[in-house]
Formats: sequence, structure tokens, C-alpha cells
Amino acid sequence: MHEMSIAESVLQIIEDTARTEGYAKVKAVWLEIGQLAGVEKESLRFCFDAVTRDSIAEDARLEIIETAGQGWCMECARNVAVTARYEPCPICGSFQIEMTGGEEMRIKELEVE
Amino acid sequence: MCTTCGCGKGETLIGGHALARKQNAGGKMRYKPHEENAAHSHSHEHMLSPDTIDYGTGAAGTHAPGMSQSRMVKIERDILAKNNDYADRNRHYFSDHGIFALNLVSSPGSGKTTLLVKTITALNGSLPLAVIEGDQQTDNDAARIRAAGAPALQINTGKGCHLDAHMVGQAVQRLGLKEDSLLLIENVGNLVCPSGFDLGEAHKVVIFSVTEGEDKPLKYPDMFRAAALMLLSKCDLLPYLDFDAELAVANARRVNPDIQVIRISASSGAGMAEWLGWINAGSHAAVAA
Repeated sequence: MHEMSIAESVLQIIEDTARTEGYAKVKAVWLEIGQLAGVEKESLRFCFDAVTRDSIAEDARLEIIETAGQGWCMECARNVAVTARYEPCPICGSFQIEMTGGEEMRIKELEVE
Repeated sequence: MCTTCGCGKGETLIGGHALARKQNAGGKMRYKPHEENAAHSHSHEHMLSPDTIDYGTGAAGTHAPGMSQSRMVKIERDILAKNNDYADRNRHYFSDHGIFALNLVSSPGSGKTTLLVKTITALNGSLPLAVIEGDQQTDNDAARIRAAGAPALQINTGKGCHLDAHMVGQAVQRLGLKEDSLLLIENVGNLVCPSGFDLGEAHKVVIFSVTEGEDKPLKYPDMFRAAALMLLSKCDLLPYLDFDAELAVANARRVNPDIQVIRISASSGAGMAEWLGWINAGSHAAVAA
């Protein structure tokens, strides 16, 4: 349920940036959310709508770019796709995987006016 | 809350008092602009009166006829950057003062507080320690810790599901920690959200009780991934349960091959010596650093 905190953090960043960039209305927000970031997209949309009510981002369109999970398999010594944390390496079956992608949570871009 | 600057108060309480400054987590969901006459101690220079249209606020600071003022702003910021900044500050503070901080996480009812009480009793004043307790409501846990003889501060997160670094930073200042002490932070009982919020601790310690399912590390992998140590608790109950401890440990290692495991029981005292040894080793390393 920390989607609410995440939505609040997004709004806070938007409001902070409004002061430096000088905009009064946000029309769209692009977020990059990793597949393994532990964020439920639909829940985040719901929370985003709730926290942005009566704010400069009210009714803003939320675009979520999902990035794939990736890890470095120590056994294979190569990058492999990771769909869940408890999955073994799809090539050798080892669990010795160092995550290299899919955990990010970033605000990429805003459309403002 | 002020839409422009985010000033205002949330529902988080530390030792019964409000946070000094509202932070993102655990606060109110609604954001409202200031009322016309509401007292506000600072000005927002960029605010315009409603009967002004200012085209000079666009990116170019000017306006071309027919051009929309709509534009793209590149941000490229970590959503949790603010929390991570506070966590870094806490971490610096801890390292400057030789403090060994542990973030104890688990589902509700795993026996975190009982284990802490027994730990405090067993340490028997051998090193200075303090406890931060996180719960949505009540200061019952802090009262239990104080009864065990350690200073404790309760953070009530209100509606919040986790502690964040800002709350912990404030609690640390209020606790007035001794140099080279052990700081035990008992997070809100929740295996999901606390995994994403760094508090500046040296390690997360996940407590997993044998009355839960062996597959808990697979169901909540983020937390087991983030933890350095897993305490398999309530082990005195193993003879009465169908719980397969080997399987539980194997599941945890599937998610996190590096996780250390100590089987422990606060009631029987099994594993306590190993746990205290782990704490002492970490604490000495923190002092030396």
C-alpha cells in the first residue's frame, strides 16, 4: 500500500519543480517503473488521482513506462531476463543472480503549461 | 496542505508529538490550496492574481502567437530521492557517532517486540542502546521496551504503513543517542512497504516466525531480498508444527543467496547467544569505522 507514499512523492517532486521551472498546470506525467519495483500500477493510478485532486496536477494523464527485470547471473556470467525475484536463471537454473534492472522508480518527464 | 510548497501537518506522531515538518509519507491525501485569508508565513512570488495572464512564465519566458505554452520538462528523478536523501543524512550521523542501527521488519505478530525485550535483557547494559518503535497507533510497544530498561521512542505513523527516513531522523535527534550505541528500529509490522524505504540503517533484519508459511520469502520477496539477516523466530514451537524449517531457509536463499540465518526462540533462549554475537560484532565494527 505504499503506492500512496509514492504518489505523494511524485506530487511533491512536481510541485518542487514547478517553482524552478515556472509552470502552473501539469497535463501529463511520465513515470518509469521497473517490473520488480514492487509497485502495483493500477493502485498507483488510483492513488495518483487521489493525491493530485485540487493540485497543479489535477486531471493530469499518468503514463507508466514499465522496464523489464534484468539480472547478472554469476554462473553464466551474462545478463539474463528476470521476471520475479524468486525465479532461477532461465539458462542455468542458478539463484545466484545480481539484479541489474527492473527496480527503478523515476519521474522521467512532464508535459506542463 | 499548501499546494505550492507542501507546508502543513500530517498525522505522524513521534512520542505523541507531531513531526516538525510535513513530509511526504503518512500524511493527508488531500491537497488544498491556501484559503484566501489563511495565515501563511511566507510568500510565493510566482503566484499571480486571478485576473492576470502572464505569458512570460513559459520556458522561453515569452509568447509566440499561436504557439501553445504547453511544453515538456525533463525531470529524471528518483521518486524516492527525498527519502534517500534523509536516509543518507541518518547514515552519516550514525557513522560519525559510531552508532550501529538495525531496521527490524516482519509481518505483524512475528514476535519482534518480545524478541527485543529479551535482547535488551540479555545485553544487560553491556552496550548503550535505544529503541525506536513504529506502529500505526498506541505507544504500547515503547512502554514494553522502557519496562525492559531501555530508552524508547514511539513513532505513530497514523495511516502510514512504514517508517521513513525523515521520521527516524527526527526520532534520533529527540532520543539523544549516546556515542557508539546500538539503535534498534522496530518497523511497522508489514512485509511489503518498509522494504522500499531506506532509513539509513546498517542492516535490515527480517523476523520470520515458524507459525507463518514456509513460502513467505517467495510471497514477499522484496523484503527478504533487502534483509542481511533472517531470524527464524519462535523455534521452540517447531515440535508442535508441520513447519519445514529447511524449506523456509531454502526459500529465503532463493530470493537472497547471501542472507544469513539464525534460528531463535525468545522463550527458550535458543539462538540468543548467536544473535547477540552478531549484534556485538556489528556494533564493534561500527565503533571502529
